[in-house]
Amino acid sequence: MQDTLTTKDIIKPENLVYSKTKLLTDTPLSYCPGCGHGTANRLVMEVIDEMGIQSQTIGIAPVGCSVLAYNFMNIDMIQAAHGRAPAVATAVKRVFPDKYVFTYQGDGDLAAIGTSETIHACNRGENITIVFINNGIYGMTGGQMAPTTLPNMKASTCPYGRDVEIMGHPLKITELVAQLPGTYYVTRQAVHTPAAVRKAKKAIRKAIENQKLKKGLSFVEIVSNCNSGWKMTPNDSNKWMEENMFPEYPMGDIKVPSEI
Amino acid sequence: MKELKLMKGNEAFAEGTIRAGADAYFGYPITPQSEVLEYLMTVRPYETTGMVVLQAESEIAAINMVYGGACCGKRVLTSSSSPGISLKQEGISYLAGAELPCVILNVVRGGPGLGTIQPSQSDYFQSVKGGGHGDYKCIVLAPSSVQEMYDFPKLGFELAFKYRNPVLILSDGIIGQMMEKVYLDESTPRWTEEEIIKNNSDWATTGKTSDRERNIITSLILEAAIQEKHVIKLYEKYKVIEDNEIRYEKFQCDDAEYLFVAYGSSARVCQKSVQLLREKGIKAGLLRPITLSPYPKKAIKDLSKQVKSIVVVEMSMGQMVEDVMLSVECKIPVNHFGRTGGVIPSPNEVADFMMKKIKGE
Amino acid sequence: MNEEIIIAGFGGQGVLSMGKILAYSGIMQDKEVSWMPSYGPEMRGGTANVTVIISDEKVSSPVLNEFDTAIILNQQSMDKFEKSVKTGGILIYDGNGITRHPKRKDITIYRIDAAEKAAETGVTKVFNMIVLGAYLKIKPIVKLENVINGIKKSLPERHHNLIPLNEKALKIGMENIYLVNIN
Repeated sequence: MQDTLTTKDIIKPENLVYSKTKLLTDTPLSYCPGCGHGTANRLVMEVIDEMGIQSQTIGIAPVGCSVLAYNFMNIDMIQAAHGRAPAVATAVKRVFPDKYVFTYQGDGDLAAIGTSETIHACNRGENITIVFINNGIYGMTGGQMAPTTLPNMKASTCPYGRDVEIMGHPLKITELVAQLPGTYYVTRQAVHTPAAVRKAKKAIRKAIENQKLKKGLSFVEIVSNCNSGWKMTPNDSNKWMEENMFPEYPMGDIKVPSEI
Repeated sequence: MKELKLMKGNEAFAEGTIRAGADAYFGYPITPQSEVLEYLMTVRPYETTGMVVLQAESEIAAINMVYGGACCGKRVLTSSSSPGISLKQEGISYLAGAELPCVILNVVRGGPGLGTIQPSQSDYFQSVKGGGHGDYKCIVLAPSSVQEMYDFPKLGFELAFKYRNPVLILSDGIIGQMMEKVYLDESTPRWTEEEIIKNNSDWATTGKTSDRERNIITSLILEAAIQEKHVIKLYEKYKVIEDNEIRYEKFQCDDAEYLFVAYGSSARVCQKSVQLLREKGIKAGLLRPITLSPYPKKAIKDLSKQVKSIVVVEMSMGQMVEDVMLSVECKIPVNHFGRTGGVIPSPNEVADFMMKKIKGE
Repeated sequence: MNEEIIIAGFGGQGVLSMGKILAYSGIMQDKEVSWMPSYGPEMRGGTANVTVIISDEKVSSPVLNEFDTAIILNQQSMDKFEKSVKTGGILIYDGNGITRHPKRKDITIYRIDAAEKAAETGVTKVFNMIVLGAYLKIKPIVKLENVINGIKKSLPERHHNLIPLNEKALKIGMENIYLVNIN
C-alpha cells in the first residue's frame, strides 16, 4: 500500500467508499464552503433516492440560501415566495395526496416572515415534511439578525449583539410546533459530524416515510453553522455552534409518535 | 338540458368553479365575497368531483396555495375582495412571473384602506396595470351579470391554460350579492392524473419521471440579460392574447350618436340610462368591455368615428377613463362620471350627466 | 310588463326573503328577474332593503333610484324611500311604528297593518307574507300558486310544514290592505 493515493487510485471501484447520489445534479453547490446546507441537501436527496420515490416527490424551497436548491436537487422543484413554502406544499399535497412533498426552509423564512404559514400547516396536520435549517442568521442577504439569533450574538442588523430587551428573544419555533396536535414527528438534528449526519439522515427518512401514514406533519430542524455570516472558519463555526447554539436549541427528538 | 336557478353572483361563481372541473379552491373570508367559500363548504364538491376546498389562514396563504396547485398543472382558484386582493399581489406577481395558470376573483368593495364593504370599481388600475411588482399583465374579465359569474370560471381556466397566465375576474359587490337567473350547463369533468401528465407535464411539477428532465417552477432569474429576455417573452405572449382574446359587447350602438363606456355593474346602470335617454330622443349607446386586459381599444376607436362624445361611467374617481382616452386619441370629448366609496350611480343621474354634456354644460 | 320594487324595513322582518320569493315566483312565470339587497353590518339589527325587478325584458340596472312600488316597513325607510316612488306609482306601508305618515299626492298609498295581523295569528314570523299578500292584491303580477312554489323553494325542507300557514298569511294580507288616498 502506498503512502498516498493518486486520483487514479481513488477512482478505482474497489477504493470507492462514497458516491454522490444521482439525485444531486452536477451543478456546483452555491452554498459557502463549510456550510451545513450542502450536507443537508445531500441527505434529503439520498433519502429520496434510497426510498426510490424520485418520480413521486415534489420539493419546495422558498427564499433564502436554499432558493437555488432546484439547481441541485434532481426532482421536480418549486421555488416559493418568502415564507410561503408550507402554504404551497399544502396545496401540492392536497391536489396530489399520494405524492411525497417536502419544504426546505431557513430560519428567517420559516420562523419570521412565514411563521403564520408554518404554524397553520403544522396545525392542520398537512401530511408533508418540513426540513428547517436553523443557523441563527439571514445568510442569503448577508448576515442580518434572524428570529433564531442568540442573545448577544452579533449580526449586521444587531452589530453590538442581539439585545433581547430591544430585539426580543430567540424563537424556538420547533418546540412551538411540537405543541400542535397536527404535528406527528418533531425532531432537532445537526450535520456537523459524521455521527450527527447519520442521525440526521435517519430523522429525515422517518419524516418522509411518515407521509405514507397520513397522520400529520413531520418537522426536522437541522441546527447548522453559517461560517460566512458568523465570520468564522468552518471548524470554528462548528465548535461555536456546539457551545452556543446547542444549549439554546438542544439536540434530539421533541415529539415522537407513540405508535410506529 | 340546462338547469335554471335563481342564484347570488357569488354562489353562481362557486357553482361555476365546480362545473368547470376545478381541482381546488383556496379562500379566506371577506365581505362581500364570503358566500363563495360558504357555498363550496355547503355543497362539498370534495365528496363528488374530488375538488379540494380549503379555508386558508390568510389571503397570503390562499394565493400561495393557488401557486402550489397551479405548479402541479391543476385547475385552481381563489377569491377575495379588495383589501384581500392587495395582500395577494405578491403571489399574483409570482404566478405571472412563473407563467402559471389560475383564476382569481375580486368582488370589489370601496377603498382605500379598510374602506367600505359596499360595491366599487376602484381596483381597475390594480387589476389591469399590474398590481404586484414587476413587468407583467393578468388577463382581466369583467362580469356584469350573475350568469357571467357562473360562466367565467370555465372561460377563465380555458384562457389561463391556453396562455399559462393568471386570469383575474374583476367583479364587484353588486354582481356578487345580487340574485338573477342562471342557466347551469353540463359539468366539465376534472382532469384525470393521466390527462394532467399528458397536458401539462412539459412544465408542471407532476413528479420527475425517467422519460423527462426535472421540471422547475421559479420566477427567479438572477442574470439581468436573461430576466429581460423572459419579460420580453411574456410581453410577446400578451400581444398574442391581445390579438385573439378581446371581448366586448355593444348595446344600441348601431345608430348611436353618444356613447357610454362602462364595465361590470356600471354597464348595467348605463343600459338603463341608454333607455331613459332614448325615451327622450337621444341616440345613446353603450360599449361594455368584457376583457379589461387586453382592452378593446380598437372597438372604442372605431366607435369614436361615429359618435360625438363619450361618457365613461365607473364606480371610481376615474380609472378606466384613461384607457378610453388613449383609445380615442383625443379625437372626440371623453368625460367621466363616477361615484365612489361604495356609492352606486343611479341610471337617472348618469343620463342627466350625459344630457348636460350634450348641451355643452 | 316591468315592475320595479323596493322593499325596505328592519333587519329580521323578512324583507330579503320576501323579495326572494317574489323573484322565484317571477322565474316560474318565465319572467326576467333581479334581486339586489343592501348588505353588510347595517343589516345586523339595522335597516334592510332589497330591490326586486320583474320584467318581460332582460333587466338592465339592478340598482335604481325610483320605483314603481315601494313597500315600506319602518320610519327610517319611509324617510328614505317615500320620495323614490315614481309619479303615479304605489306606496304600501305598515303603520306600526310610523310617526310621520306618507304625504305625497302624486302616488297611490295603501296601508297594511301586518305587524298587528301577524300578532293576531300568533306567529309573528309570517309578517312578511302578510305584506306580500297585500302587495299581490294590488299588483297581481305573479300567480298565487307560483308564490307558494316560491315559498317552497326558499324554505328549507324541514320548514315545509309551515307552508299552509304562509298561505293563510298571504290571504290575510290580501283581505286587509286598504287605500289611504287616491291620487
